[in-house]
Amino acid sequence: MSSAFLRSSGSPVDSGAGLPHHGSIRNISPAILNLERVYEQNRQRLQKKDSENMPDVTTTVQQAKGTPRLLLMGQRRSGKSSISSVVFHKLPPSETLFLESTARIQKDSLNSFMDVQIWDFPGQIEVFENPNLTFDIDAIFGEIGALIWVIDAQDDYLESVARLNNTILHLQRSYPHINIEVFIHKVDGLSDDYKLDIQRDVTIRIQDELSDQGIENAPVNFHLTSIYNHSIFEAFSKVIQKLIPRLGQLEAMLTNLCRTCRFEKAYLFDVNTKIYIATDSTPEDMASYEICSDYVDVVIDFTEVYGSWPRNQQWRERLENEPWQQPLDDQVACEWAESGMVLSDAQRPIMLREVDRFLALVAIMKEGSYEKMPQINMNVDVVVKGLTEFFEITKPKEVKAAAALSPRKGAPKNGRAGGL
Amino acid sequence: MSDLDATLGPSDGALGTGEAAAVASSRAAQAQLKKVKKQKVLLMGKSGSGKSSMRSIIFSNYLARDTRRLGATIDIDLSHVKFLGNLTLNLWDCGGQEAFMENYLSQQRAHVFSNVGVLIYVFDIESRDVERDLATYVNIISALVQYSREAKVFVLIHKMDLIQPAAREAVFDQRVAVVRRKTAEAVAIVRKQKPDLQQQQQQQQQQQLQSPQYNINQHSPYGAASAAAPLGGAIPDIDLDMQLFATSIWDQSLYKAWASIIHDLVPNLSVIETQLASLGVAIDADEILLFERTSFLVVSKWTSREGERNPYGDRFERMSNILKSWKHTCSKFTGTPRNAEQFSEFEYKMGTTFSMFVTKFTTNTYVLVCMAARRPSCSCEWVEWRAWGKRRITVSEQRRVMHLFNVLPGWMLLLWRRDIFPQTFGSGSIVFIRGW
Repeated sequence: MSSAFLRSSGSPVDSGAGLPHHGSIRNISPAILNLERVYEQNRQRLQKKDSENMPDVTTTVQQAKGTPRLLLMGQRRSGKSSISSVVFHKLPPSETLFLESTARIQKDSLNSFMDVQIWDFPGQIEVFENPNLTFDIDAIFGEIGALIWVIDAQDDYLESVARLNNTILHLQRSYPHINIEVFIHKVDGLSDDYKLDIQRDVTIRIQDELSDQGIENAPVNFHLTSIYNHSIFEAFSKVIQKLIPRLGQLEAMLTNLCRTCRFEKAYLFDVNTKIYIATDSTPEDMASYEICSDYVDVVIDFTEVYGSWPRNQQWRERLENEPWQQPLDDQVACEWAESGMVLSDAQRPIMLREVDRFLALVAIMKEGSYEKMPQINMNVDVVVKGLTEFFEITKPKEVKAAAALSPRKGAPKNGRAGGL
Repeated sequence: MSDLDATLGPSDGALGTGEAAAVASSRAAQAQLKKVKKQKVLLMGKSGSGKSSMRSIIFSNYLARDTRRLGATIDIDLSHVKFLGNLTLNLWDCGGQEAFMENYLSQQRAHVFSNVGVLIYVFDIESRDVERDLATYVNIISALVQYSREAKVFVLIHKMDLIQPAAREAVFDQRVAVVRRKTAEAVAIVRKQKPDLQQQQQQQQQQQLQSPQYNINQHSPYGAASAAAPLGGAIPDIDLDMQLFATSIWDQSLYKAWASIIHDLVPNLSVIETQLASLGVAIDADEILLFERTSFLVVSKWTSREGERNPYGDRFERMSNILKSWKHTCSKFTGTPRNAEQFSEFEYKMGTTFSMFVTKFTTNTYVLVCMAARRPSCSCEWVEWRAWGKRRITVSEQRRVMHLFNVLPGWMLLLWRRDIFPQTFGSGSIVFIRGW
């Protein structure tokens, strides 16, 4: 019963009680919107209480040793809290208008296939030049996986870029391996040309400044994002993917699967956040990500309506009685969730398969391959087994994983399982 | 055609004894069918209350946020919405500005309010001038009762999303009480003006006789009632068939309201419902929903006793909403128009908890079946036999099907023939195969 889809009716973040899930893109009932808003405000209040005294940063760090951390920084009102609410708390984008400005560092942790901490920094805090607050820089940046710098594209971004430069320079000195991800945010409503202009401008400003200071090849990446479409999820996917040890193996498995089963595109989704943690090696395609992510949503919704309430004991008994005479679990060979849909144009099927508590494999198939579902299922079975193995190995300790996962142990033998 | 008509006019069947009478009754039934098809659906309400928005969402697959683009409706926007194939909704979207309203109530009164099947009146909950809204509403109701007494009235209290969620129910209840009182008052006034009303009815009948296209009405119960009234002088009991709904375009409440509107407009639903129930019992399903193809409104539904325990009372609207927004995603992905058919089949198995599928059922419907999981791993649980059309499935064909699916002896093959209602649903039949 520990299905990703059942579980997902709760909030993905452990700080909250189970709330009904709702797709972030879909229209949902205002009553529930409000519920989430209240919940969000309560959460913030709790957070504030928690972080009343700033220096406890260090103590949390001690506890959370070993979990990668994402830092959200940027000017105030650039949309940091909105981003974390939309991506990690499933707040509908339109509701982010009601978010209060963040006064303290907000810490969330994402418990999924791998535990990630998300720290939301208030925009007004200067981490490096602040005489009043003494930050333990090492505590903040020591364990960091990536720094996400949010720039409001619809505002004057020069100051933000200057601060970002400053931050990068500080970080490069002591922590040169931290990935710096720049989200050029709020780009919805801007024309495509203008978006690219801004991106180019920001890139040039930062690179010029860095090369003036003698820093070359700093790990800085740029993403155009907006919470009103899937771009923020895609950007987060790329950020998270860099934190996954042995991503290449995962991708190899998916590429292999795509080749054998004639999939157009396959994604490994984190069901709760709809971030994809791996995909095959074919070129990125926003449209197929969107449809796969919405497909996960559809399946989650159906699960909530028809699968989230306990069936009657009598109903179960009736199914287990007379002609079958065996427990329900034996009658049904698959205890996981699986789903398929055929699109009308070109008869392209989409398939979904639950991998474990957090992950699901979603793939767009080539036209006319729906009849071969049994074979494809067989192949997918093998890959899912391989994935489970992969995560078992990588999960406990990364050091151990690196040793165990020597090249020969990599992709499972999914290749010849039953090619089409 | 004959099945449909036969089921349509059961009351007429009692009258006919001879063959001639049977012919006459079948003609009457046909006329009634035509009338059902021709009936007007009036969409009225104050300007800016959201009439055109909801119409676009339900019938034209607009997204809620796209409705901002819609301008004000000028005069009456006539549209023939095809529903379930050959059931045409004659939808009159009436612009709600004062000037138009007055026009409807005076010059165009007979034109607008005669032969109305359903009046959908939309109240804006945020309206500043409630008294005035109600006054207009009362006028409209009087006109409606005067010209089409059989009409059903649906009152939608719209834009409920603007009300604080906690207060929503109270506000709605209060508004319901007011609207009901006002309606009763309006009906009472019309009753008092009965002599006047009769005159108008007679005039109207004369008009009908002059214009051949209205001849149909003579067969309708309404025609019969008005013809009898002058003789007996008894006051016909005017009781409006009225339902109220709280709606918002931002959630599924809109689908709930429109599903019940549609429910009243589709003829023969009881037969379909019985069929659906027997199908449900036979395949041991938990729930079966029948959707219309383009709007994804729930046309008919059946739920088993176990299914009734489902705590989600709003699941029917939710299914409409989910599937419709999925259609949007698909149309974005495939680049096909929004109204086009987007997916043909969907199946989902949730371990041992349940399994379900949504599939194209007939030309104009989709069916959703939710049942207990039982088959080993996922593949086709059903197969569609489009080409077979109206033909009965022979024993040898049954064997072939069984062979095709490797059905063991003792498995049950269940057929539900769709050709019972070729007019409504299109032809074809579906074959359900299930381990027994």
